Amino acid sequence: MTGMITLAGVAKAFGSKQVLQGLDLNIEQGQSVVVIGGSGSGKSVMLKSILGLLTPDSGTIHVDGTQTVGLSRRDRAHIDANIGMLFQNGALFDSLPVWRNVAFRGLQDNTLDMQAARDIAVTSLSQVGLGPELLDVFPAALSGGMQKRVGLARAIASKPDIIFFDEPTTGLDPIMTDVINHLIRDCVRELGATTLTITHDMTSVRAIADKTALLYQGRIIWQGTTDELELSDDPFLNQFINGLAHGPIEVEGQTVEATVTGGA
Amino acid sequence: MQAIATIGRFFLGFFSQTGLLTLFIVQAVKALVTPPVYARLIGQQIMRIGYYSLPVVALTSFFTGGALAIQIYYGGNQFNSEAIVSSIVALGITRELGPVLGGLMVAGRVSAAIAAEIGTMRVTEQIDALTTLSTDPFKYLVAPRVIAATLCMPVLALVADIIGVMGGFVVGTQSFGFNAAIYVQQTVNFLQPDDVISGLIKAAVFGFIIAIMGCYHGYHSKGGAQGVGRATTNAVVASSILILAANYLMTSLLFSA
Repeated sequence: MTGMITLAGVAKAFGSKQVLQGLDLNIEQGQSVVVIGGSGSGKSVMLKSILGLLTPDSGTIHVDGTQTVGLSRRDRAHIDANIGMLFQNGALFDSLPVWRNVAFRGLQDNTLDMQAARDIAVTSLSQVGLGPELLDVFPAALSGGMQKRVGLARAIASKPDIIFFDEPTTGLDPIMTDVINHLIRDCVRELGATTLTITHDMTSVRAIADKTALLYQGRIIWQGTTDELELSDDPFLNQFINGLAHGPIEVEGQTVEATVTGGA
Repeated sequence: MQAIATIGRFFLGFFSQTGLLTLFIVQAVKALVTPPVYARLIGQQIMRIGYYSLPVVALTSFFTGGALAIQIYYGGNQFNSEAIVSSIVALGITRELGPVLGGLMVAGRVSAAIAAEIGTMRVTEQIDALTTLSTDPFKYLVAPRVIAATLCMPVLALVADIIGVMGGFVVGTQSFGFNAAIYVQQTVNFLQPDDVISGLIKAAVFGFIIAIMGCYHGYHSKGGAQGVGRATTNAVVASSILILAANYLMTSLLFSA
């Protein structure tokens, strides 16, 4: 296994619904990979499988050289300590002020005292363009965009080697989308982290991806660099990035007759 | 065939839920007895579960004690009333009504709140976030609530005992003209330590049930706001039924010997 994150033949079903069907993906160290795909294509299940929140039915997942499928939380603690995660809606803890959210990991594993935790929170918030006046504010008082930024600050606070972004720009206005995309790119560049982003926002793809992979019906059906993405004549990819209703991709709940043809 | 399939689905669902609940309780108990212990969170939960439940438990027991005194007075044909009313009110409140009614009131207030809070955390991915931040949700969310509820319920039951007996005393002396000193003397003479202790043991078990049911239904909630609402309802219904069933079992065990 060569990559920082490697998935091989990962399959996962919920009842009779086969969500992942032998997914293969390799992410090199320091690479920013974006997985795109429609709703229900299995992006979140893939991410949760890597994070150990779901256990795949078959296949292997290597993170930083360790096979993680089937590992208990305790056995994968050294891997988790090196991972940052930005959830779709921030997933900030409502009951804690911003500074406790940002420095949560350090406070829980007792590597930070209160003052050090506040200092880390100030530093991380400044990295995402937020000031120290937010330290004692509770998440409910923040806008969606600010919650995302605080979530990003939390994801990078422990300077992890691997960061995951789950639809980081969903629900944001175009300006805030651009702000978040730039923050992700700058933070990742500064940390030198390996990142995996799942999204269906093509603006994000063009802003942050070194490599893009298209997930469809539980498999990666196309992958390449951002330049290759623009030049590809893959019918599935073209339908997705151009947002066409007609093409080979089946829209949820109905089958759209293929109208786009071409080679992969 | 349809009827058999329905019965089969019911039993499969029942055994599946029982298995899930058993695993949840095992994980919760494991989290209770292994470090880290979140003292700050336990303190917060003691305030929320114990302190803020005091008014509702006190009012419930006061009116129950008063109503019990009225029933016994008129039901007992008013003969030797001071002795009968005081002793039966004391016995009924300490052994049964204090812990059970207190438990049911706390179940309505606390079990629902726990299920709603943890359920919301589940559907907004906060529980997933805890896990990715190397924090065990059972130790961080479940254990503090279970510890706090199990510790607080006996204290609340004791408060319910005192105020419930006081309710009977107020009704007895103000409405029926009982002699206050004799009423108190009769209560003290009749009441045994075991009567109070058995009620406190029951209350501790009820506290455990209330917190576990709230956490379990919240933890397994899904489907957005509707799912959280369903989890809240299920938590209150399940904890109330289990409190009554556990009360019957413990009464059989404690008093049949």
